[in-house]
Amino acid sequence: MHRIRRRYTWILALLLVLLPAAASANEAHGASVPGELDMKSYIFGHIGDAYDWHITTIHGKHISIPLPCIVFDGGPHVFMSNRMEEHGYTLNENGKLVNAATGKRPLDISITKNVCSLLLSSILLVVLILLTSRWYRRHDALKEAPRGLPGLMEMLITMVTDDIIKEGVGKDWEKYAPYLLTAFFFIFLNNLLGIVPFFPGGANLTGNIAVTLFLAVCTFLAVNLFGNKHYYKDIFWPEVPAWLKVPLPLMPLIEIIGMFTKPFSLMVRLFANILAGHIMLLGVMAVIFLTAKLGPALNGSMTVIAVIFGVFMDILELLVAFIQAYVFTMLSSVFIGLSRQQPEHETKQIETTQ
Amino acid sequence: MSLITPDFGLLFWMTLVFAIVFFILAKFGFPLITGMVKKRSDSIERSLKEAEEARNTLKQLAEEQKRLIDEARKEQARILNEAAASGDKIVQESREQAKAQTELMLAQAREEIRIAQDTARRELADEVTGLSVAVAEKLLRGHLDTHEKQSDLIDRMIEEARASHRTQTLN
Repeated sequence: MHRIRRRYTWILALLLVLLPAAASANEAHGASVPGELDMKSYIFGHIGDAYDWHITTIHGKHISIPLPCIVFDGGPHVFMSNRMEEHGYTLNENGKLVNAATGKRPLDISITKNVCSLLLSSILLVVLILLTSRWYRRHDALKEAPRGLPGLMEMLITMVTDDIIKEGVGKDWEKYAPYLLTAFFFIFLNNLLGIVPFFPGGANLTGNIAVTLFLAVCTFLAVNLFGNKHYYKDIFWPEVPAWLKVPLPLMPLIEIIGMFTKPFSLMVRLFANILAGHIMLLGVMAVIFLTAKLGPALNGSMTVIAVIFGVFMDILELLVAFIQAYVFTMLSSVFIGLSRQQPEHETKQIETTQ
Repeated sequence: MSLITPDFGLLFWMTLVFAIVFFILAKFGFPLITGMVKKRSDSIERSLKEAEEARNTLKQLAEEQKRLIDEARKEQARILNEAAASGDKIVQESREQAKAQTELMLAQAREEIRIAQDTARRELADEVTGLSVAVAEKLLRGHLDTHEKQSDLIDRMIEEARASHRTQTLN
């Protein structure tokens, strides 16, 4: 116990020695006034999208990976982001690619930082799951249980199937399991990669509204395309007093709004949670750079506090990464389950006939 | 603000990539894994049930065995009891038989003794009779050497005979 505490003291001391160096190295990045931190570009540069993948800045020199831009502007144009000017495009004040001559936005399907992260994480996800399924193809699952990676994946998959999908969807859960599992692992993996601060991670993908919008639409379709008769009857002709639906369809209107608010809440919940986590973490780290001009004593002590808070926030974000994936999957399966519910008197009949 | 307006390019790629990922995983990934996991859990459940059944059978067998042993023990006790009883009976019987035999032999011996006594007594009586006759003869020879003595005796004897006849008739 004592030895462990001493080791922690050493690590902390080492961090304290290293941190001022890191702070001075990062000082120049994104600063409009030399020596001062531009909070807006600092935070939005991290949580927003970009046409190149910025890694770090050393002595005012940006080190970033250029990514391909694909635009349709009277015809397809493909170029690397660092050659943008040569092809007659530039970035507007929002950081979006526009035609340098007309100032208009072309049809833009560039491989941005988020798209690149999406591709990488998707490859990783496919590899992870296919490796796991390969283990099952090569082994007799009845005679042995997987260890290592397939074991971990099996544990997660079993947890999601047993605790979330079977509970939420109910009957015929197998039909929805692939989508819900894909959504869970997609969100979880991208949440985790979002926490990693350097290259393969660091993109704020699940904290991007386009991604969560797409996932919410998928759930919306899964709910409403396969909803049963009872579900649609409850929306358009619910069992309420007739005056609530005959001259003015009040209840049906509310139900129809409800159809859209459910996936909307899914979209906003995931987006806001992950975005807020990133902003909080960036804010805590910004304390180090904001206090740089207040002198070494104050800066040093604030650095210690920021690091402690940063570690706490990072651990919290790990938890949030899992919880948000869990919640999204759970609510999706509950919504699907609700759209496939049998009315009570019918289920009773089925039970009695059985 | 660009933060809450979905970007078309990202939406396009997201749709494409997610569709491909979903297709691959739904075809080659998850159903296989969940199927295998289900198979295994089913097999574990089945094994557990079988083990439970085997345990029950074993329990029944043990009970059966116990019952058989109990029965055998009872049978043994019964046979032992019976054997003891029959042994007692045999001893008793043989004792009785021996007793009877002894008694029979004793009776025979007594009979023989009695016969022998009778014979001896008769022989003795004969002897005594012979002897008394001889003695009487000798005595008589001495007393009846004269005629008067002989007539005296005859008279006395007649007299005696009359007296005894009289007492007999009187009685």
